[in-house]
Amino acid sequence: MVHRSVGGIAAVLLLLASCGETAPPQSGGEQPSVSASFPVTIDGVTIAQRPERIVSLSPTATEMLFAIGAGDQVEAVDDQSNYPSDAPATDLSGFEPNVEAIASYEPDLVVYSTEPGDLGAALAGLGIPALVQPAATMLDDVYQQIDQLGVATGNASEAKDVVERMRAEIDSITGSIQPPSEPVTYYHELDDTFYSVTSSTFIGQLYSLVGLRNIADKAKGAGGGYPQLSAEYIVEANPDLIFLADTKCCGQSRQTVAKRPGWDRIAAVKNGGVISLDDDIASRWGPRVVEYLRQIAGAVADVLEAQAA
Amino acid sequence: MTRRARAISLGVAVLIVSVVAGLLVGPVHIAPGAALRWLVSLGHPPAGMSEQQAAILGNLRLPRVIVAALVGASLSASGAAYQAVFRNPLADPYLLGAAAGAGLGATIAVAFGPPDAFAVTVPVAAFIGAIVGVGLAYGLGRSSLGGRSATSLILGGIAVASFLTAVQTFIQQQNAQTLRQVYSWILGRLGTTGWDDARVALPSVAVAVAILWLVRRLLDVIELGDLEAESLGLNVGRLRVVVVVAASLATAAAVSVAGLIGFVGIIVPHTVRLLAGSSYRQVLPLSVLFGASFLILVDLVARTAVAPAEIPIGVITAFVGAPFFVIALRRTGRRAA
Repeated sequence: MVHRSVGGIAAVLLLLASCGETAPPQSGGEQPSVSASFPVTIDGVTIAQRPERIVSLSPTATEMLFAIGAGDQVEAVDDQSNYPSDAPATDLSGFEPNVEAIASYEPDLVVYSTEPGDLGAALAGLGIPALVQPAATMLDDVYQQIDQLGVATGNASEAKDVVERMRAEIDSITGSIQPPSEPVTYYHELDDTFYSVTSSTFIGQLYSLVGLRNIADKAKGAGGGYPQLSAEYIVEANPDLIFLADTKCCGQSRQTVAKRPGWDRIAAVKNGGVISLDDDIASRWGPRVVEYLRQIAGAVADVLEAQAA
Repeated sequence: MTRRARAISLGVAVLIVSVVAGLLVGPVHIAPGAALRWLVSLGHPPAGMSEQQAAILGNLRLPRVIVAALVGASLSASGAAYQAVFRNPLADPYLLGAAAGAGLGATIAVAFGPPDAFAVTVPVAAFIGAIVGVGLAYGLGRSSLGGRSATSLILGGIAVASFLTAVQTFIQQQNAQTLRQVYSWILGRLGTTGWDDARVALPSVAVAVAILWLVRRLLDVIELGDLEAESLGLNVGRLRVVVVVAASLATAAAVSVAGLIGFVGIIVPHTVRLLAGSSYRQVLPLSVLFGASFLILVDLVARTAVAPAEIPIGVITAFVGAPFFVIALRRTGRRAA
């Protein structure tokens, strides 16, 4: 029993870590001229020529690659990469990568986000260049990773365009929000056992951008940015908004939340402030964060409108 | 008052204190006086108590305390009974594949069931899995490993547990999206407990504990050894079946509402033995009382130590239980020396 429990904790921590926060900040990576010139060296990894058989083991990297127009250079993506739908899905696993299975696609570049064991070294041993792009801890990481993929795949100028567009859209979204007269509070739900995020996480920072106040910040010390909250605390904190990032994993919805004991007294439940998110968008750090932020901003605008009325 | 009556009175007193403490203390501050008046008036909010506080007491804290008590009592009583019929001080309620079976059941429910029905399907599947696990272990021990002796049952349990865990790991690995759900269940969960869970667990727990209570004198006999017990006219094989079925029922009910909470089934019966001697006439009722109190108090720590965050209860049972057990062991050792 005890062994299982310890293994369980380790796995949960791993899983949580893969969402951000504990990942080290990105080292810059050289960014040569915008034109596609090879070979390029990024973080000590040399890519000899424009890659044409990319394997992505990271759903976020897959989204980035397709966003910067490198989609037709992608040979295979892992089993969690479900966006965009024309990404060449395989049963490769990013959690438990099988080096031989990866090598069988004869990749000329592998992109991955978590380092279970020593994937990079194993691939290097086979002469396959591999880039690690860990979970973003802030928006700048996102921009940096998109730029890096642009350089690595010979799509640097498209990548720059994507980043610029993202910056502009995020500015316009945050600029459209009027600072609320009294703070609007929220609870972001990762699963139906009330795991949440604090403002120090990547996701938490997105909410801060539109001026929301996080009820989980009182639990800052616990869970490395991903605390499991007590139900009674959530009821008492009485958040104005509840964001459900467990609609796919755990089938949660406005209806299931309203049925939880005691939750019918929460302002968000009473006033239609329970927002269903797409689990995938809310756990990745790709170009779709703009979409995510727009959804959050829309919810805030609704609350402010109701307050004004 | 006899020593036995004293021990039982102490157990009842500790349980009452634990229930009240479990109700009064939590991440949300509620004035103890008001909470006590609420309790005495059977859930009628006294003047000055907000509706929200009444909801926290009645819909969140009280069912959680009751389920913790049921789970703690089940695991402790099952552990004590297993230790008797297997004559093994390390026997715990999960010995015969109940945990592995329940884990497999829960994983199947998460991997293949409809996500919006997990609240129902996971407990039911875990319950069925636990019963199937023990049934397989028992059948295997009996048919292939030569009889109903303690050793053959334990070996059967180990084989079945390994096999079911392998199947569970495979399903989980094929369905990576189930990882978080399954692990949060494996670590033990009382954080989402409501009255539904109490209603699910109560019937099985009551029946099983009553059966174990009725056979408590026979447990003293079976502990002497199979041959000795037979010579005293006891049908050892049949008693072992009855105990295994009852303990598995209680364990399955506990596991279905609270996930896997380790250590309780070992720590509580042994602590009780240190306090009150090793006769099952005392060990069994005291395990029920102290097991219930123990889990209520552990859950209290789990939800207040890093409030408003929670700590998985399975982690706390070991973290709090092990040092406590060592202290009890040292005390008794010194007294005996």
